[in-house]
Formats: sequence, structure tokens, C-alpha cells
Amino acid sequence: MSTATEAASEEIHESDEAHDDHDHGLSDFGYIKVALLLAVLTAAEVLIYFAPPGALEVPLLLILMVVKFEIVVAYFMHLRFDNKLFTWMFVGGLVLAIAVYAAMGTSMLFWTDPAGCDLSPNLNC
Amino acid sequence: MTDTPTTAGTAAAVEPAEGDEPQIAYPRTEWDDYEIVPPTTSLSNEKLTMWTFLGSDCLLFGALISTYLLLRNRQPLSGEGSLKAADLFDIPFTSVSSFVLLMSSLTMVLAVSAIARGEMERCKLWLLTTAAQGAVFIAGQVYEFTSFYREGLGYTVSISSSAFYTLTGFHGVHVSLGIIMLVTLWAMVNRGIIGPERAETVEIIGLYWHFVDIVWIVIFAVVYLIP
Repeated sequence: MSTATEAASEEIHESDEAHDDHDHGLSDFGYIKVALLLAVLTAAEVLIYFAPPGALEVPLLLILMVVKFEIVVAYFMHLRFDNKLFTWMFVGGLVLAIAVYAAMGTSMLFWTDPAGCDLSPNLNC
Repeated sequence: MTDTPTTAGTAAAVEPAEGDEPQIAYPRTEWDDYEIVPPTTSLSNEKLTMWTFLGSDCLLFGALISTYLLLRNRQPLSGEGSLKAADLFDIPFTSVSSFVLLMSSLTMVLAVSAIARGEMERCKLWLLTTAAQGAVFIAGQVYEFTSFYREGLGYTVSISSSAFYTLTGFHGVHVSLGIIMLVTLWAMVNRGIIGPERAETVEIIGLYWHFVDIVWIVIFAVVYLIP
């Protein structure tokens, strides 16, 4: 898990640990604060779409996407509080998917030619 | 694991004592020296199964997303079929439906929290709210597909449109299945079949629902927002 998300959410976690009323996870108010954070991040994504900051647009959108993904998995799906075996099962599938499809994209010249037209001239490019 | 030897041997019947179950005596084998320890991780098998399924579902959506990325610009340059989904995106509309789906994750986790505390009425309310938000998202997707179709972007118009509809359609099917599971869960809680002692069942369905949400987080950014 990245330090960016941990830093962003550490305060929420710490302030709510004392109010936990079941075995793991946050209090209801803690979950609402996490949801508000997600809403703000979504608003930031849309803002970046309508007012793109030049070359930073794609990296910023990707970073926000990863941070939102990680917050949902860590807090709403309780992976932060659960047994590490669950994390390994999920992250294993995720890493395998990223590796396989990155390899596939590379073999299809995705990074240099997004349309892939030079590979398949007969496909109505 | 089994407590009966698997090596070949001649079984001999032993005369049972009065009232006892008949026993079979086997010749002693090397396996008898091992202590049989039941395999356990002390974890819930159901939960582990769900996490394994979600890990494997990453591969399904990884395939669909990467296929879309490879094919998104593959359509005729002009004439019929030259339209692509990105030309028709209504970002404010999709942002609202994304927000609704995101907030459904909040109500889902509140349902899990409520049943863990034994607050059944509140759990039912949050479950129904989550299902309703999922239904709003699906209604938005049906509206989007319909308007795209009316603009001329059919499923078979181009490879690019097929890849778009397949990706978002598969996600929509996942959301629809999630709604069915949530309504079923609500009915089971309502009839007392699921109580606080089975809170994990709600948590496991919640894991599926959150997964559907995180897949949309990726689709929204990669397909809709990134040019």
C-alpha cells in the first residue's frame, strides 16, 4: 500500500480507533469521513478533466484513481484490518492481471501506437 | 485428509462385540506414524473464497479494460461507423452516476457495521439503500447506452464500440448481480434467516459490492476521463 494513501487516511483511522464498536474497522462516522474524502477526490478528477493542467493531466488522474482504489480496498473492504492472507489473494490476482496485460499491450505495440493500426491494416483502421 | 489408510492391504473383519459397530482391521502401514492434523488457517473459508474470486475477477476486468484500450481508436476514419464512444461521453452525467455508486459503498459498509452491532432494522435500511443506488447506476447506464445507440453507436458498428459496450456491459452485469444479492440478503435478514451471528454473510456480499465499485473507479478514470 502506498504511503500517499496511508498519510491521507491515517488521521481518519487514528481518530476513530477509540470509537470502534466491533472487532475491526472504523466507526460509522469514520466511514462517512472516508466517503467524503472519496467524494472530494472524485470532484478533483472531474475538475482535472474540465481544466486539464497540461502534461500533468494523465498522471494526476492515474494517481487519484489509485488513491481512491486503495482507500476503498483498505477501509471499506477492511483489508487494512484483516488477515494478510486476504491481501495476498487479492493483490496476487491484481498484480498478475497488470503484468499479463502490460505484457500483452507491449506485444501489441500499445505504448507506441495506441490504435495498433500498423499491426492490423485490414481491420478498418 | 482421511483417517483410513490408502495403501494396499488386506482388510480383515473383526467380530463386533455386542452392540458395537462392526470394525475393519487393517494391517499397520507407514502412514500410521503420522499425526493427522486438520488443515486450517483459522480464517473463514467463505471469506477466503470470496477474496480468491475477486482476485480472479481482476483478470477478467483486466482483459476487458486492456482490450478496450487496444481497440478504442479502431474505427473507420469517416462515414458510417466512424463514431466512437469517447465522442459521445457525457462526463457530468457519468460523474453523477459514479458518485452514486461510490456512495453505495458507504451504505454497504454501514449495513455491515449495523448487523455486527445487532441493529437489524438499520441493516435492512442500508441494504435497501445500497440496492437502490445500484439500480440508479444501472438506470444511468441504460440511458447512456440508449442515447449512444440513437446517436448511431451500435454494438457492431466498429471494433471500438464493441470493446466499449463489452467492458461497460460486463460491469453493468456485475452491478445487476450485486443488486439481486443485496435484495436477497435483505429478504433473508427480514425473515430472520440471517442474524447478527451471521454478520459475515453480509460482509462477504459487501466485499463483492465494493469490488464492483473499485472496478468502476478504474473504468471511470481510464475510459471516461483520460483522453
